[in-house]
Amino acid sequence: MAMPENVRGRPVIDTGRCPDGCRACADACPTDAILVDGGPGSARIDLGRCVFCRDCVEGCPEGAITYGRDHRMASRTREDLALSEGVKLAAALERKMLKLLGRSLKLRHVSAGDCSACTAELQALGNVVFDLARFGVQFVASPRHADGLVVTGPVTQNMRLALEKTWKAVASPRLVIAVGACAISGGPFRGLSAVHDGVESVVPVDLFVPGCPPHPLTLLDGLLRLLGRIEDSPR
Amino acid sequence: MKALRNGTSIEERALPVLPPEEFRRAVLRGAEGGRIVAFFGRPLGEGVRLYAVLADDAAGTLAALASDVGDRFLSLTPDCPQAHNFEREICEQHGVHMEGHPWLKPLRSHAAPYSFFQVEGEEIHEVAVGPVHAGLIDPGHFRLQCHGEKVLSLEIHLGYQHRGVEEALENGPDKRAALLAECAAGDTTIGHALAYALAVEALSGSIAPPRAQAIRAIALELERVANHVGDLGALGADIGFLPTAAWFGRLRGEFLNLLATLSGNRYGRGLIRPGGVLCDVPAQLADDATRRLSRARDELRQVAGLFFETSSVRSRIEGTGVLTRQECNALALLGPAARACGTPRDVRRDHPPPGASAPPIPVAIAMTGDVFARSHVRWMETQHSLEYLIEGFRALPAGAIRAACGPPAPGRLAVSLVEGWRGEIAHVALTGEDGRFARYKIKDPSFQNWTALTLAMRGTQISDFPLCNKSFNLSYAGHDL
Repeated sequence: MAMPENVRGRPVIDTGRCPDGCRACADACPTDAILVDGGPGSARIDLGRCVFCRDCVEGCPEGAITYGRDHRMASRTREDLALSEGVKLAAALERKMLKLLGRSLKLRHVSAGDCSACTAELQALGNVVFDLARFGVQFVASPRHADGLVVTGPVTQNMRLALEKTWKAVASPRLVIAVGACAISGGPFRGLSAVHDGVESVVPVDLFVPGCPPHPLTLLDGLLRLLGRIEDSPR
Repeated sequence: MKALRNGTSIEERALPVLPPEEFRRAVLRGAEGGRIVAFFGRPLGEGVRLYAVLADDAAGTLAALASDVGDRFLSLTPDCPQAHNFEREICEQHGVHMEGHPWLKPLRSHAAPYSFFQVEGEEIHEVAVGPVHAGLIDPGHFRLQCHGEKVLSLEIHLGYQHRGVEEALENGPDKRAALLAECAAGDTTIGHALAYALAVEALSGSIAPPRAQAIRAIALELERVANHVGDLGALGADIGFLPTAAWFGRLRGEFLNLLATLSGNRYGRGLIRPGGVLCDVPAQLADDATRRLSRARDELRQVAGLFFETSSVRSRIEGTGVLTRQECNALALLGPAARACGTPRDVRRDHPPPGASAPPIPVAIAMTGDVFARSHVRWMETQHSLEYLIEGFRALPAGAIRAACGPPAPGRLAVSLVEGWRGEIAHVALTGEDGRFARYKIKDPSFQNWTALTLAMRGTQISDFPLCNKSFNLSYAGHDL
């Protein structure tokens, strides 16, 4: 399945077009998501920081950056979101966890400073179009009933304690899913004194879902990969 | 006092800086015939400069005034309840003690323990909810003081979403500024991005081309319709009337998807920037949008009919969570919450942005101030917006979508207002001598409207709380900033 027409999916850099020493895209990026740390053609996008704006596309004189229509972006490790050839898509949970959680995954949502767009897209997963429940994944009202947390937002100072307590209230083994650029890296709020620059600084994360906010298809794809329901090769 | 209009700026030197007592009288006078749009502080020298922006909705004008105070100010709130949250905020941000303020508690800060209002007596009990809620909702903490099922008092403690948006905008505009505006309240991306763009344009003396203005207005109405329709569905879910919840829920997606076709993002991220918009509307998209909107309109009529004409729905929402017009005016409530109390306040009609040419969208009002009125106003507004959208896509002016927008001029104050789907969004930008933001003040309508929920809940049943809360659907992020 591809993103609807015009929707900004995973960005792609054609590094063959990058002139020596050019940093125009990195300088234009408002969240420092573009890394140019090697020689010519080393530019890569950290999808954990990317907010999918247009500033790099407009800022690149060579037209080397484009948005594709690929909605698939979720990854199991933070590092896998910033690969030169794209992204290493999430692998399924290990067998033991899959056996425990794979057929009925109950999640508790914690909004830890999100602007409400990520929350709204999580809500949209429950509508008749995406209908997350048909895959056995449900949001529950208490961490005591949950197998894991879905966390949105950069984790504000004022939500830190609530997040820690909610996480501790989930019985082990438990999962944590970080949804959106803020939850992964702080997003546009990275470095501000009122926030913690993402969920990983507070609790360990098992799945990272990039986006600002992630499209419901991106969320669905990430969750189903985690549960081993989708296993095609990464692009 | 120098009159301003929406989307214009004045030199800060031209601003009347009154002695505190005179300033206080002037604000009270302005609030009586009009209302307070913004009231905030900024550290200056040894003390704090207070700024007030007042609106005269009938004349379509705004006024700004200032006063230099030390660490004390005689509170306006006892005489003017609409100053309530503004004064708590000034006290919290700048340490100005508001003498005589009846409720001078922290607004967002969690630095010190918060003392909740408590009711004592036999059979009195307290219900505490949040910050982590049972559903997919942003965090806030609610304390209900109850006698059996009856709610005597609801107190709302917020601040959990405080990210430091205003602080991050200081010394801007920089490359993050437009993103921060878009994220002030993520379900109001268009509203806040537009207010930001209008403020920067007012400071730099530029104006977006007619086509850009038309696309902005379309995006604003798409955002309104998506949210209103989504909320009508959520009300259906809270009542337990699930067919309408599912149906409205799907139709909400139609409008988000249309906004995504227009801008590349379901919430309109990356569409509006100072100077204009970044995405044009090709003729084919406009034709397609007209068709999609007409179809959605027909479906919405059916589902809204089912919702509003079902007697069990009506009996659940009529007379629930009533706000009086007096309460509405005392708090200067905004948006559908005000219009549902019979107060026809609407920035689109009263304070159109510079260069606006289209006739204003009719203002929808209801008189009963209950959950029914707030829902029905949303439905009427949805219909008005759909007519506007269908016509808007048909009659897009030709021309450029972006004009040059230079850097902000130094030493100026700009005010921009936008009628977001929850009500008036106000941005006030002040530039220093270097042309950078010396202060950037954002007011989301939620800032003023959260108090309305506490009033609406008094004397109701505790089981009405979700329904009342949903009928306002206020923003946590927009309040906490």
